[in-house]
Amino acid sequence: MSIVTVQLGQCGNQIGFEVFDALFSDSHCPQGLCSKRENEAYQASCKERFFSEEENGVPIARAVLVDMEPKVINQTLSKAAHSGRWKYGQHSCFCQKQGSGNNWAYGYSVHGPRHEESIMNLIQKEVEKCDSLNGFFIIMSMAGGTGSGLGAFVTQNLQDQYSNSLKMNQIIWPYGTGEVIVQNYNSILTLSHLYQSSDALLVHENDAVHKICAKLMNIKQISFRDINQVLAHQLGSVFQPTYSGEGSFHYRRNPLGDLMENLVPHPEFKMLGVRNIPQMSENSLAYSTFTWAGLLKHLRQMLISNAKMEEGIDWQVRPPLSGLPTRGKMSLNKEFHFNTSIANLVILRGKDVHSAELGAFKDPALYTSWLEPVHAFSVWKTQRAFSKYEKSAALVSNSQFLVKPLDTIVGKAWNMFASKAYIHQYTKFGIEEEDFLDSFTLLEQVIASYCNLGF
Amino acid sequence: MTQSVVIQVGQCGNQIGCCFWDLALREHAAVNQKAIYDEAISSFFRNVDTRVVGDGGSISKGKICSLKARAVLIDMEEGVVNEILQGPLRDVFDSKQLITDISGSGNNWAVGHKVFGSLYQEQILEKLRKSAEHCDCLQCFFIIHSMGGGTGSGLGTFLLKVLEDEFPEVYRFVTSIYPSGEDDVITSPYNSMLAMKELNEHADCVLPIDNQSLFDIISKIDLMVNSGKLGTAIKPKSLVTSSAGAFKKRQEKPFDAMNNIVANLLLNLTSSARFEGSLNMDLNEISMNLVPFPQLHYLVSSLTPLYTLADVNIPSRRLDQMFSDAFSKDHQLIRADPKHSLYLACALMVRGNVQISDLRRNIERLKPSLRFVSWNQEGWKTSLCSVPPVGHSHSLLALANNTCVKPTFIELRERFTRLYRKRAHLHHYLQIEGMEESCFTEALSSLSALIQEYNQLDATKSMPAEELPRLSVAV
Repeated sequence: MSIVTVQLGQCGNQIGFEVFDALFSDSHCPQGLCSKRENEAYQASCKERFFSEEENGVPIARAVLVDMEPKVINQTLSKAAHSGRWKYGQHSCFCQKQGSGNNWAYGYSVHGPRHEESIMNLIQKEVEKCDSLNGFFIIMSMAGGTGSGLGAFVTQNLQDQYSNSLKMNQIIWPYGTGEVIVQNYNSILTLSHLYQSSDALLVHENDAVHKICAKLMNIKQISFRDINQVLAHQLGSVFQPTYSGEGSFHYRRNPLGDLMENLVPHPEFKMLGVRNIPQMSENSLAYSTFTWAGLLKHLRQMLISNAKMEEGIDWQVRPPLSGLPTRGKMSLNKEFHFNTSIANLVILRGKDVHSAELGAFKDPALYTSWLEPVHAFSVWKTQRAFSKYEKSAALVSNSQFLVKPLDTIVGKAWNMFASKAYIHQYTKFGIEEEDFLDSFTLLEQVIASYCNLGF
Repeated sequence: MTQSVVIQVGQCGNQIGCCFWDLALREHAAVNQKAIYDEAISSFFRNVDTRVVGDGGSISKGKICSLKARAVLIDMEEGVVNEILQGPLRDVFDSKQLITDISGSGNNWAVGHKVFGSLYQEQILEKLRKSAEHCDCLQCFFIIHSMGGGTGSGLGTFLLKVLEDEFPEVYRFVTSIYPSGEDDVITSPYNSMLAMKELNEHADCVLPIDNQSLFDIISKIDLMVNSGKLGTAIKPKSLVTSSAGAFKKRQEKPFDAMNNIVANLLLNLTSSARFEGSLNMDLNEISMNLVPFPQLHYLVSSLTPLYTLADVNIPSRRLDQMFSDAFSKDHQLIRADPKHSLYLACALMVRGNVQISDLRRNIERLKPSLRFVSWNQEGWKTSLCSVPPVGHSHSLLALANNTCVKPTFIELRERFTRLYRKRAHLHHYLQIEGMEESCFTEALSSLSALIQEYNQLDATKSMPAEELPRLSVAV
């Protein structure tokens, strides 16, 4: 089954390129550490999922590129074409001349309706190329105008037009110290709208990825390209093919469906975070060896202590002992807090993957009380190594990972809203104060729900 | 990609405009080696086949034939415009883009605004419509003028209302040269005050600049160039003030160096919209991010570096120095000290080989010494454009919406009041049809209201940022 990706705005398009590039490179990586037949099955599955075939054999990404101004799309198209290995479809992009000006209202209320038909037609064409559609990735940032506003509009349309297909939004959270001054407004408007029309929100935080680049990858002068490549690596480690069942050698056909089923049991809880391990520069990789026990121990601690990466993990945080009174509401002010999960998905790739011991992830103390661990925890595996890492593990978690960052964004937006600063820029295009208040209400609800998971 | 039209009004406006077009051509020549007419060039220039008579000569793609500036030149005296048309840039403009008269405005805002305004309204509209028609997607008007005189000040601001009515969707960015204290035009406070009211009401964004600051910057550069420190040499073509390397050698005139700074400002402002980069910033994002309330649209600008030393390897310390300089009061294009006033918002537009980590490192470093308003503690807007300006490896333009503009306005009000109290020279204005005393009093109250807004914001400077109670929801 295939996934169609919609890349929106500068961020969405820049990242989209790196994602397809990472997927392609990995699937053609010679160090798969598995049999030839296995490798071919992996490649074929990746191909079916993310690429379609053209006459001369160059794979075409199953993607639709949307931006309200032409510079980034032009660059993205030419970068892909120059690589010679894969490319974007010639007619898969939609572009305008004047951007959205970092204005969510402009992206949503002006560009959305104006270009609805053209954009949905493009998506339809891409969908028709698939033998069977698994669902959609929508890659967008929250801070700007196009990715955020138009992204929210397109997601809504996808819900209406493809109600049977799944939608996962890959949302990029901006740096805390601004890239865009009105980023907090744009963020709350985006999140509140997506909460109603998307099936899952997979969040990538620029601050976290930046730290990974600095500390783990040892990059001195970090560029957005570096950040996007780490992000693409994380996504690839989740969505590259995995076996469809325990002990099976056939590749999973419905990754989105399986993921949603496992991780999003309740519509109030849609925010997913992703972590992976190990993460290092290629130079260091040559000199490192790993054991599953070591990797999983770190990954579990990253989960429960809400660490963004494998360095600087707080080993003091422990799951509460069962039998003790309930943990109670999560305090947003306390530093060392135990991260309660609703559901977790661990993806293992590489040598001896079947020997990996995952019991520690099934500990009921990790989870909220309303799901049995057997339902709350799932694992996907493949023997085929990912992107030159002999062993690698990824975690997709529906937990309290994002409560603090979300709370911070809502707090800043509220503070600004109280002074009415910049509101005239939004009301100009039909987003009124009530719309802001509705967004705040919805998000406060989400924050409160996640905080109360400990009960 | 969008296009912008530059409207240069009055002597000052046209002189600066001339420097701007010269620089723009140089920049595009340096970036666009193959002489293909691409979208970046089209933002400021049309490509015209000059053999075709009349209007049909526009060429939208392919090789550059003849570049025509998207500009309208307006002056009520012929001297400056004639000089431009006889100078090295004569091929860049055509006669259809000009509006001139012979008598001048006599340093009288009322003559510029009321007399010439009504006289030339039709012509102005016609030229503007023509330039708009030549654009695929017109995004912005850049108006360049001075505040102290008659034409730039009066007719320049008359234009704003016309633009607002005729092209409501197109942004109006105004670069205004404010008179300095030693201005020799006696009536400049009247002209500036009357112009301010128009700027308050009809401009989207104003970049105030004053001559004294430009002059101080020049002096500093001269000092640096002439001090000849051992081992240092200024890279050729890197002086922000020079027209060295111009298409044809021009004789350097006294205001040239100062005008070049302003021209550089405008080029850098639009660079991220024209050229590619990892974090683009379009012109509509400027007003979206930097104008929190419609009246507070005055942006203080600073440009660094002003020159580049000839070192080939620029270590990151130099890069960091560039950021520090942008916030020092010596680099602002108006007399202002942003560090000791309150920031409402700040934009950093970087060009060249600078990455996001450099940007973030410097923001973290400088943040503690800057005061931001309580509801916008992290009010930074950033952009990264890959193409550096000619002669530099990187550059930074900082635009700040900061209460440090207040002293300029207060001083203007004081100088105005000193004259107005004695009713000095008032008859020159009142004798113009359409002018009444109320024009003056309204302008004064408009400026006072603006100053009051800044005062209220400044009052919050010393107050601690309070945590507002959030919405509480039942779970």
